[in-house]
Amino acid sequence: MVQGLGEVAWTVVVRELKLTSRRWDQAVQPLVFFCVVTTLFPLATTSDLAELRHIAPGVLWVAAMLASLLALESLFRPDVDDGTMEQWVLSQQPLAWLLLAKTAVHWLVTGVPLVLISPLLATALGMAPEAWSTVIASLAIGTATLSVLGAVGAALTVSLRRGNMLMALLVLPLEMPVLIFGARAIEVASYGENPSSSLMLLTAVLLFSVSLGPFAMAQAMRIGIE
Amino acid sequence: MFEHFLAMGGYAAYVWSCYGITLFALIVIAMSGRAVYQRELNAARRRTLANQTNSAGLTA
Amino acid sequence: MWTWFHKLASPPYAYDVAGKCQPWFWWPSLILMAVSAYGGLVLAPPDYQQKDAFRIIYVHAPSAWMSLFVYSTMAIAAGVGLIWRIKLAHAFAAACAPIGVWFTGLALITGSVWGKPMWGTWWAWDPRLTSELILLFLYLGYLSLRSSFEDISRADRASAVLAVVGVVNVPIIHYSVIWWNSLHQGPSVTKTGAPTIDPSMLWPLFCMIVAFMLFFAAVMCDRLRAEILKRERSAKWLMKEVAVAHERDGVPNV
Repeated sequence: MVQGLGEVAWTVVVRELKLTSRRWDQAVQPLVFFCVVTTLFPLATTSDLAELRHIAPGVLWVAAMLASLLALESLFRPDVDDGTMEQWVLSQQPLAWLLLAKTAVHWLVTGVPLVLISPLLATALGMAPEAWSTVIASLAIGTATLSVLGAVGAALTVSLRRGNMLMALLVLPLEMPVLIFGARAIEVASYGENPSSSLMLLTAVLLFSVSLGPFAMAQAMRIGIE
Repeated sequence: MFEHFLAMGGYAAYVWSCYGITLFALIVIAMSGRAVYQRELNAARRRTLANQTNSAGLTA
Repeated sequence: MWTWFHKLASPPYAYDVAGKCQPWFWWPSLILMAVSAYGGLVLAPPDYQQKDAFRIIYVHAPSAWMSLFVYSTMAIAAGVGLIWRIKLAHAFAAACAPIGVWFTGLALITGSVWGKPMWGTWWAWDPRLTSELILLFLYLGYLSLRSSFEDISRADRASAVLAVVGVVNVPIIHYSVIWWNSLHQGPSVTKTGAPTIDPSMLWPLFCMIVAFMLFFAAVMCDRLRAEILKRERSAKWLMKEVAVAHERDGVPNV
């Protein structure tokens, strides 16, 4: 009996969560990396909170992008290595849907923790609590987009032995609009103004990526698996 | 008159270096295209000669 | 008309057509370039604001236009190759990429040199220059991905996916960069490179763009033929073509 789309997505989600529960470090490492990179900036520039406040939105965003890139290593490679991905490609289920479900869980596990800790880091960089809601919204929508775009890059380079640097180079230019809209939203909020236009643009990019990205992922995966 | 043309209203260095760089780039694009074609042609030559020799050797 | 199009998708025919067409692209291109340069450097009057420095537009704008045009063409060819599995389309995309990199670099350098007298700085995060820089990254990523695969067929298809994803993003990137840039400068600061255009200033620009397009077509004849040769391993027509080339170059037949 062939499973329906909803059922198969749920199966994937449950599987991914089970696998993650056995590999806790994969969930914790991006979070720690995010904190470490954010710490680099005060060390590299200034300890003055008033000055850090100006670059805080950018710092948070760049750190999130880099953390997201590193986390992507654990997205497809383990399944490709142990043959599971081959089964998925050959199965009757739409590959794009399966990969989207997998990416969604990956975001839950590696992206959402970043979002949750971001207000703390924002405060450490001198931002006022009034901006917290925007920081969370911006990074929540943004990291989801970064996961989808990054997954396309990961699928393209999955068969290459040392493909991580290449994946980063492929994905970063595509992520620049996300960075622009996301950082701008936080910046606007820190001035006390309404960030909704930036957040809406950010959401538009997310919806666009989610609707087209999985097809690119599936196509790339088929080429990579051969 | 020609000096006026060369001087480009004082911007000579900028204008002429741009045109010079462009000319240089266009020449490089053209020549590298030619070189790549020649290289592939020679490689194809070698391959077909090898094939001919092989098949000749087999039938001999 | 469709039969001709179908025929063109066959590598031997395309190879032949490219060889025959090439001079018809070269000569008009070079003549038109000379004419446009004369029009731009001599005939066009100096700009009111930028004086003679604006003449850089006649090499900068065509380069920038070509960098985008080549990327779009490359992406369309890649898409066609991916959807209809036409090997020639992949060969076409591969041939485009190095040329596109050069045009992008040229646009960046001429844009930068133009910026020095106009804005007083060798680099500015102007939306157009920033977009060009990101486009350069997209090209370099495409070439890197291509060279990472040993099998040409996989390299073709993987880079095709990347090209299509990239081209869809180019308008988004462009818009986001313009938006980002507009936020950080007041309306009084005009950072636009294009001066107010007078007809005698305009025609050399269009002519130069056409000249660059013809130039691109001429160079593509070489690069496309090289890519076709790379992909046709043991075809009989290849042997015939090589024999023809032998005779032409005076190499004795074995």
